[in-house]
Amino acid sequence: MIDFIQMLLSGVAVGSSYALMGLAMVLIYKTSEVVNFAQGEMALVSVFMTYLVLATHGWPFHLAFPAALVFSFFLGCFLEWAVLRRAKTPNILSMIIITIGIEMILLGLVSWKFGADPKTLPFPIGPYDAFMIGDLFISELEIMTLVLALAIMAGLFLFLRYTRFGMAMKATQQNPVAARLMGIRVNRILMVTWGISAGVGCVAGLLIAPTVMSPFMMWDPMLKGFAGAVLGGMTSLPGAVAGAYIVGVVENLFGGYVSTEFKSVVAFVIIVVVLCVKPSGLLARHYVKKV
Amino acid sequence: MAPILEIKNIETYYDLIYAIRGASLIVEQGSITAILGNNGAGKSTILKTVMGLIEDQPDKGSIEFLGERIDGLDTEKIVRKGLIYVPEGREVFNELTVDENLLMGAYTRNDRKGMAQDFERVYAYFPVLAQRKKQWAGTLSGGEQQMLAIGRALMGRPKLLLLDEPSLGLSPILVQEIFKIISAIKEEGVTIVLVEQNAKKALAISDFALILENGRFVMAGPSAKLALDKDVQEFYMGARSEESAKGYQRWKRKKRWR
Repeated sequence: MIDFIQMLLSGVAVGSSYALMGLAMVLIYKTSEVVNFAQGEMALVSVFMTYLVLATHGWPFHLAFPAALVFSFFLGCFLEWAVLRRAKTPNILSMIIITIGIEMILLGLVSWKFGADPKTLPFPIGPYDAFMIGDLFISELEIMTLVLALAIMAGLFLFLRYTRFGMAMKATQQNPVAARLMGIRVNRILMVTWGISAGVGCVAGLLIAPTVMSPFMMWDPMLKGFAGAVLGGMTSLPGAVAGAYIVGVVENLFGGYVSTEFKSVVAFVIIVVVLCVKPSGLLARHYVKKV
Repeated sequence: MAPILEIKNIETYYDLIYAIRGASLIVEQGSITAILGNNGAGKSTILKTVMGLIEDQPDKGSIEFLGERIDGLDTEKIVRKGLIYVPEGREVFNELTVDENLLMGAYTRNDRKGMAQDFERVYAYFPVLAQRKKQWAGTLSGGEQQMLAIGRALMGRPKLLLLDEPSLGLSPILVQEIFKIISAIKEEGVTIVLVEQNAKKALAISDFALILENGRFVMAGPSAKLALDKDVQEFYMGARSEESAKGYQRWKRKKRWR
């Protein structure tokens, strides 16, 4: 029993970083219908920039982390403005190719500048700092990941629900032409969406970095986050979060009880099953788009 | 008084289709101007060109709003000048509530007091919407959505309101109601351009009307006068002339117009 709860807990913890990646991808997908495969590498660049200022230039944490967020925000804005917006007559396929291109360029840049060998990001909490509740082993980093993930989700929810800019983001998602007719600057909304999404991804990256840090560190979380988002329906923020937690938990349980080798694969098995049974995802609610 | 909108000889391409073939139009302040015409005549295209919704168009000609060139500007900027377009087919934000839709209509404004007044005004015009404040717009009926689309446009305090087929797909009673409200909006001093297929109703409430065919205006005049015109009655209002030689006459007159 204690094993089960322990696995559940680690599943939730790892699910939190998937959830952040999933959220980031859904934010972009909802506004611009682009599946952003560069999401992980955008976070990666931010993480390595943080590493640079922390390890090489000796910035303090309280400066470096906000700086990383600001940097990632502008990185997201820049990519949207410089690359995505330039695409003439965009369709889903070409957009995917573009984001994969961005992904490879960013990955290449990071590998070239920092080398492919693993690093350690200086972090206020070590990956092995932990405490015990009864027989349960809980790492502080996991708690922090969970709390931050929940805080960001709540923040996003409030932002989309109660601010004018958030509402304009939703309006743009639902009907870009009508949004323009309201005087909403749709291009600016798209750009800021990319910025916010990159920021969310950056937080995920920074929380993963103390455990693994190499140019390939974001691949797995991004794919799992994407898997969670698809599971949740790709257009629903709560859906993406729920989906990501399901992926995290099931993966951990599978790893514990069945086989560690196939742990990573199980996420995708769930997706296949869900898509067969309920193709629109678990939590998606749509009005059918008129063509 | 200077005209509020002046379109001079615009030509618009829709991809490769030559949709507007040189059209000019003057809208006087405080009037309702109706643009009538058959399906595919280019009525909506004119409004979309004015709003800058068709990229890189108009190809030729100029559009002036209150004496200022607006052709080639971004839609967002045109809207901010006080020219607001209610698109064909409502285009409300389905997954926002009625209240939120109206709030989005006032996106360019910051005066809380004035917005509160306008909320009241819209709900006074459309009491049905007041009952559905917290409901998603996508769950409204077609008529309610049309009301919401017009209300949303009013929230932007338009100087000139462009209405694209407001009666489309509505029941006769609702059409009656919508047209009544359009007249009321005009009484408040908002200038209106109305694009309609329902020629009878449109001529009844407008001051001035133009008839568009194949991308050109073929007739223009005070609405009362147009409503009495034999050709207009026959081709757009469904009146019949004598049986004999009808087919021939019809063909000949149509031909002359083009």
